[in-house]
Amino acid sequence: MKPSLRTTAIASVLLVAFLAGVVVTLNLVDRERGHATLKEVLYISSPKVVKRLSLGYTGLMADIYWTRAVQYFGAQHHAGAEEYKLLPALLDITTDLDPKLLVAYRFGANFLSPRPPNGAGQPEQALALIQKGILANPREWTLYYDLGFIYYFEFHDYAKAAQAFQQSSTLPNAHPFVQVVAATMAQHAGESQMARMLWTTTFETTKDRQIKQNAIAHLRALMVDEVVPELEKRVQAYRQRTGHLPGSFEELVRAGLLRGIPLDPTGRPYRLMPDGTVEVRKADELPFITKGIPENYTPPELPNFKNINPDAPVGTSAQPIS
Amino acid sequence: MNSRIRLIAANTFREAVRDRVLYNLIAFALLMSGAAVIFGQISIDIERLVVVNLGLTAISLFGVVIAIFIGIGLVSKEIEKRTLYTMLSRPVRRWEFIVGKFFGLAGTLVVNTVLMALGVFAALLYVSRHLQASDSAILVALYFIVLEFLVVTALALLFSSFSSPLMSSVFAFSLFVIGSFAEDLRGFAAAAKGATHWIATAAAYLVPNLSALNVIGPVAHGETVAGNLILYNTAYALLYSALATCGAVLIFERRNLK
Repeated sequence: MKPSLRTTAIASVLLVAFLAGVVVTLNLVDRERGHATLKEVLYISSPKVVKRLSLGYTGLMADIYWTRAVQYFGAQHHAGAEEYKLLPALLDITTDLDPKLLVAYRFGANFLSPRPPNGAGQPEQALALIQKGILANPREWTLYYDLGFIYYFEFHDYAKAAQAFQQSSTLPNAHPFVQVVAATMAQHAGESQMARMLWTTTFETTKDRQIKQNAIAHLRALMVDEVVPELEKRVQAYRQRTGHLPGSFEELVRAGLLRGIPLDPTGRPYRLMPDGTVEVRKADELPFITKGIPENYTPPELPNFKNINPDAPVGTSAQPIS
Repeated sequence: MNSRIRLIAANTFREAVRDRVLYNLIAFALLMSGAAVIFGQISIDIERLVVVNLGLTAISLFGVVIAIFIGIGLVSKEIEKRTLYTMLSRPVRRWEFIVGKFFGLAGTLVVNTVLMALGVFAALLYVSRHLQASDSAILVALYFIVLEFLVVTALALLFSSFSSPLMSSVFAFSLFVIGSFAEDLRGFAAAAKGATHWIATAAAYLVPNLSALNVIGPVAHGETVAGNLILYNTAYALLYSALATCGAVLIFERRNLK
């Protein structure tokens, strides 16, 4: 029996029309439901119940919940949200389903601890998550490292941070740099030196592009925060010597107070202001800086990592001026 | 609907009943009455929740299993018994055969769902002593379940039009599972970049979006379902079923039955 050309033609046209209709209506359904999916996910907020319901396929279920946590964080972060209410529950379920899912502890803590808009601003939850991870994975050096990181940056508890780094350095496969971090910490090194070491270790031990960019941005900010006061000090030294402020950095070079025109980590020269203060030219490209911020500058809602190449960490070296 | 499609649909319904498909109602009745009695004794204040959750979930799962296992045999069984040749030698077009089969099985599932729904409401009445206004949302959940059956039936029919019953059931069941996570899939697609983004987006639109049809959780908690969602879900399920049935017609039209 030969196929009917008429039927084939009509069915083909209908097929395309229905497909277009499906795409349109699906978008309408999505718009109507909004974030209903995640709220529904957490109708069952008990990790134990989810574990039972997964019928033993906990690994796959954990992967799905972890992806949901990432999606949730991404959506909130993108919207510049101040609250991340569902994040702890999603991470709790994920790590209960698969206690060996290190990525969920490490990135999860990274999502939870920084203050909004960079994170959820819940360092206690981040700490609890990492501690839960350590209980389930006591031989994992990265978790102790993250524990120390949180104690240092979020709680400023240097004793506990030092203890965590020390423990991390003794575990198998620990990055050699962690031992240096632990030792430096024990010597009560300066805050910026310590912070630089931590961000350098983070940069060297992660494979994730965004975390690398974040580490570079922090290292650059540390550099600017160190250089700007130093430059301002030299400007004041020039003033004391000549009785007036320099009009440009060239005058400082001529006076032997600088070897060359100082450049910020993005490669742009710093700007010398008429009142003797020093500013960066494009603060948008230097998130996290606390010094050298131009007057009346409003930072964007989200840090800009666009111009940071994680494969070429330019502008993070420790000795920027001489 | 023309008379030939109606006849094929009626025959499909009759055959399903003769195949003792409705026997699942006995299992369902036992499950519901057992749950209503047992949870009343061993738990605190969740009898109503259990009846709604368990009842609607059972209706959905029983129906999907019936849709898949009957749906995959709709074409192959007719070929195996050689009744298809008798039918097609009469003035019955191939597309009418496919469409008739779809309506026959959909009708069976609707009848099955209505009977089970009566069971759920009876159990609800037993545990709560009375029905409340918010229970009407259960009807919406039941309606969405029927829409889900239409989609699954159309998919089972699509696979049965070109594949063996075993493979068809595997394909249909896999799509049902993937469809239940369709929103996650679209989430992954949105987050992906480059070629992966386009491939994942295409896949996300091609698989059935069954997660939006599942409102059992909110309904069990007495939440109402937005009118727009009912409208869009209806349009979506009908269009998707039509899409899959069209695919089945196209394949079956060109299939060599010698």
